[in-house]
Amino acid sequence: MFRNLDIKAFMPVIVLIVLAVFFTILNPNFMSVRNFARIAIAASPFLMVAIGVTFIIIMGSIDLSMEGSVALSAVIFCFAFLFFGGTLGSGGWVAIIVALGFGAAYGALNGFIHAKLLIPSFMSSLAMGFVGVGATVLLTGGGIVRIDDDIFRMLLTYRFQGFPLMVYVAIFFLVVGIFIQKKTILGRNLYAIGGAEDLARASGVPVLKTRVLAFSLAGFYYALAGVLQVAKLGQAESVTGANLMFLSITAAVVGGVALWGAIGGVVNALIGVLIVTVINNGMVVIGLPDYIQDGVLGLLVIAAVILSTNRSAVKFVK
Amino acid sequence: MLEFKNVSKEFGPVKALSNINFKVNKGEIVGLVGENGAGKSTLMKIIFGAYQADSGTILVDEQETRFSSPRDAMSQGIGMVFQEQSLIGNLSVMENLFLGREQEFRKFGLIDFDKMADASRAQLAKVGLDIDPRVETSSLSFSQRQLIELAKVLSLEERISGDLVILLDEPTSVLSEEEVGLLFELVHKLRERAAFIFVSHRLDEVIRLSDRIYVLKDGEVVDEVDADKAEASKIQASMVGRGINTEYYRQDERLPFDKNSPMLCMDQAGLDRKFHDISFTLHAGEVLCLVGTEGAGREAIVRTLFGMHRLKTGTITYFDDAEVKITSPHAAVAHDIGYMPRERKVEGIFASMNVAENMTSSQLGSYSQFGLLNKSDEFRLAADWIKRLSIKTPSARTDCIRLSGGNQQKVVLAKWRSTGSRIIMLDHPTRGLDVGAKEDVYAMIREMSAAGIALIVIPDTFEEAIGLGHNIAVIKDGRMVRTFDCLEQQVTPFDLVSAMT
Repeated sequence: MFRNLDIKAFMPVIVLIVLAVFFTILNPNFMSVRNFARIAIAASPFLMVAIGVTFIIIMGSIDLSMEGSVALSAVIFCFAFLFFGGTLGSGGWVAIIVALGFGAAYGALNGFIHAKLLIPSFMSSLAMGFVGVGATVLLTGGGIVRIDDDIFRMLLTYRFQGFPLMVYVAIFFLVVGIFIQKKTILGRNLYAIGGAEDLARASGVPVLKTRVLAFSLAGFYYALAGVLQVAKLGQAESVTGANLMFLSITAAVVGGVALWGAIGGVVNALIGVLIVTVINNGMVVIGLPDYIQDGVLGLLVIAAVILSTNRSAVKFVK
Repeated sequence: MLEFKNVSKEFGPVKALSNINFKVNKGEIVGLVGENGAGKSTLMKIIFGAYQADSGTILVDEQETRFSSPRDAMSQGIGMVFQEQSLIGNLSVMENLFLGREQEFRKFGLIDFDKMADASRAQLAKVGLDIDPRVETSSLSFSQRQLIELAKVLSLEERISGDLVILLDEPTSVLSEEEVGLLFELVHKLRERAAFIFVSHRLDEVIRLSDRIYVLKDGEVVDEVDADKAEASKIQASMVGRGINTEYYRQDERLPFDKNSPMLCMDQAGLDRKFHDISFTLHAGEVLCLVGTEGAGREAIVRTLFGMHRLKTGTITYFDDAEVKITSPHAAVAHDIGYMPRERKVEGIFASMNVAENMTSSQLGSYSQFGLLNKSDEFRLAADWIKRLSIKTPSARTDCIRLSGGNQQKVVLAKWRSTGSRIIMLDHPTRGLDVGAKEDVYAMIREMSAAGIALIVIPDTFEEAIGLGHNIAVIKDGRMVRTFDCLEQQVTPFDLVSAMT
């Protein structure tokens, strides 16, 4: 039964545990509810982005639009929030729907450009990311949009069991992501396309539709990340999504999602996000300068791919 | 100058070649023929060093030797002109000719392209090709590229001391009549420089060009004839062998079908360079076998029927209903048409999915509501079909890739059967299966036929075609050259080979 149990599949979890023990030895404060809450807050928007891009990576494509999508969704959310009264009590909740709807539409457009116009997802999504950042600068005039609504900021300020509400929101959408991956046609078709696109097509899977839907779903999750970023920072601007591209793809890969598709899933994204956040947090806790932190993360990606994937089965690397 | 003595090659339990004795003399043109799977390509691969023989000896100029790699074989004078051309399209002709040998043209660390162009012209002159060696290779015609490939192989003669042996693998398959004539003329002229081994499924051409012909069957040399005494019919007879027991075919188990219910009708259908003027009608419960050599167009025909290619000429009518138009595999599946591609491992199963997921991959709509999957229904279906087809698997949740080949094949069949497919197309359904698993697949095909499903089968062997088919169509160079009604006449493999070659 356990003959085929692959140690590599559990590598990310082991890495996470080893890291936690390592940082605790260096600084016992690491293992405290207060620090865990700090990790969870940092991880929440980041996790949404990683889940979104994981759907795309499962399909064997890549999405690099997240920095633009997150920033643009966040700014649109802020403007809509102010437009609908500037407080959650007076109708600001509509802004959440507007932002998430926009994210899904932006993602669908991204997917459409890639799948219908046959532009490699790498290129089309990178371009859409730049368009997003550019549009954000245009909308904000290069400035910052602030939200000062105490009710909305409760996502950060109100704590339940030591963790702020936004962490529970993130957990809820984590479960939704797992559900989509495991229980829906879309989820199944993503694995089919990532596993063998020709065969998926020959089995009658609507490949174009699935691709557009997947990018739309990713866009929805990026918009969620945008809203959570605003909850966390109280403001939105063109750099709200900065760094998320490298970090989220790093997290997915470190967590065990294979870049060539069909392997891994939302849970792997979670583990990857925790690993990356714990390292970031741990490096701060033990006081490493941040230019070293970036280098460590880069090395970590390479190490993770070596440790957690079976590359001998891959015919060529491009 | 090149001689094989008792050369054998095995792949696991399969004996691909046994005790091959094979000889090429200086300046000789040797033909090599055999049906699909007779061992031609294995033998070729050993000759040019891609495979190594398990036993036996290889002699070059009466010195015992071995070819450890294609490079090694090349250095001993063996060159190969591939059927699938091996030139790189976006490089110039001269860069292709001297790929990997740029050192010879080095000047102060840079490549002296003028010198390379001059050297290229000298090589191209050998094959009578007068083109600018600086043009991009992809801009040339197929036959010109073939000549460049030949020139590349011929350029070996200035680098090695011995004589050359050049393998030509199906060199005429996409050439026009006129181009074939020119190629043959050239080969005759070049025999002062090199000996040739000519591999082709066109028997008339082999007889025309070669001095001597070897006939392979089941990994053995079954005949060796001088070309001036060769007769096509005799060679065909030795290609299929003799004394095949008709009982083996089990034709008695073949059921009659309903001639009044056309399911699929192709009328003068054509697709550029793939097939032309194909017409047939397939009925409910009928099994149509398409027989032909590799690349004759059989695969393109079934893929077109499945909506993967768009027809250029003619029409296809599905279910006797002019309204049904199939323009994508998605539409084909929606109209209950199933297709099992040939490479099971590559195209047939999703390696990363389990048995149940593979079975339902073409029909998720039936196992879901509002896009949500109903997994218990899915697993009930899988359990049912695992039992019906006696698929050997620990459970429906086992990854499909862990099953044996025969059981993987059953999973793919279950996928199409369980959707209620009315037309099913099977490309090499028994390839790579052992005898028992093959029998299971035959039984399933007969059962589907009895259930009124119309089937198109691209069989692995002639015996399969004769044993399963109500009708057999022979496809040659994209045309349907003959059809056999198996219910009216006893078809023999010999009939099929004569039509094919």
